[in-house]
Amino acid sequence: MKLDNDTLQAHIEQKAPQFVKNIELALDGTLTLETDRAQILDCLQFLRDDEGLQFHFLTSLCCVHYPDHAGREFGIVYLLHNWRSQTRLRVKIFFPADDPHVPSATALWPTANWMERQEYDFFGIIFTGHPDLKRILNVDDLDVFPMRKEYRLEDGTRTDKDDRFFGRTGNFDRRFD
Amino acid sequence: MPEGYGGEGFFATSLSQAVGLARANSIWPLPFATSCCGIEFMATMGTNYDLARFGMERLSFSPRQADLLMVMGTIAKKMGPVLKQVYIQMAEPKWVIAVGACASSGGIFDTYSVLQGIDKVIPVDVYVPGCPPRPEQIIDGIMKIQELVKNEPLRRRYSPEYQFLMEKYQID
Repeated sequence: MKLDNDTLQAHIEQKAPQFVKNIELALDGTLTLETDRAQILDCLQFLRDDEGLQFHFLTSLCCVHYPDHAGREFGIVYLLHNWRSQTRLRVKIFFPADDPHVPSATALWPTANWMERQEYDFFGIIFTGHPDLKRILNVDDLDVFPMRKEYRLEDGTRTDKDDRFFGRTGNFDRRFD
Repeated sequence: MPEGYGGEGFFATSLSQAVGLARANSIWPLPFATSCCGIEFMATMGTNYDLARFGMERLSFSPRQADLLMVMGTIAKKMGPVLKQVYIQMAEPKWVIAVGACASSGGIFDTYSVLQGIDKVIPVDVYVPGCPPRPEQIIDGIMKIQELVKNEPLRRRYSPEYQFLMEKYQID
């Protein structure tokens, strides 16, 4: 079955317009659908089960943090793939930082289990309905979420870094804390 | 040859020197190879830069049977307790060589996940800087370990300074 971006967009807009908040072609040629957090599971289920779409494969699930977008700080991006027509679809949702809860996609795809654990580990997104939400890559007793923008990149325990060698203007021989 | 008195068919030296000579030329390393420096170590063990001529023919992946812990590669903070456990399981006398920038000080990875030097968890004897160090550099580090092994006093591991070092790292 041939499913190019125009057919895909028309199909989604015609069959499920209630899920479409914004649909556009991204820079890399992948159709990107933005929808609401409240409808995300229904939307993903429709994309998976519909006969004309058949996006059976959840390729990746990742999180983005835009601290400057008020009310839409965190975003989750789902990348879906259709093996029969080799088509990709990207689904995005955005939600505020003071309510980082998202329904878990584990019921639809078991691969979402570890992907959601990773997003909890690095951004602190709580996936409601996840069977075992705990840290996956960092040490278990880490109390911060490292990939959020407010968390600095460098390790906090170093005291011997000199600003001159890193192109930073500031104090020389300063304690890095 | 160590200092001593020799003659026709005999050589008299101190026990620690004789034992040191035997230990230095038959070290059994434990290659704790994590990343790129591990590949350089594989090159060092290969035929061109052969480490077997230094007596390190037999590598041991069991800490119980190893003398030298060679930490080669980036150690994550999650791996730190594992590395410490491997070090604790080794029998005395044991030495540690940190090969590469990541094992010595965290290297270029100054981030939330990388341990900034294995000397945060275990005592290290020789550091070999480099990213990765060439096999010649690794051999230089091994030769320095051999010097340490040759000159180690027999009662060093019972001395108060050594006990203090172990307490500092919270190793019983």
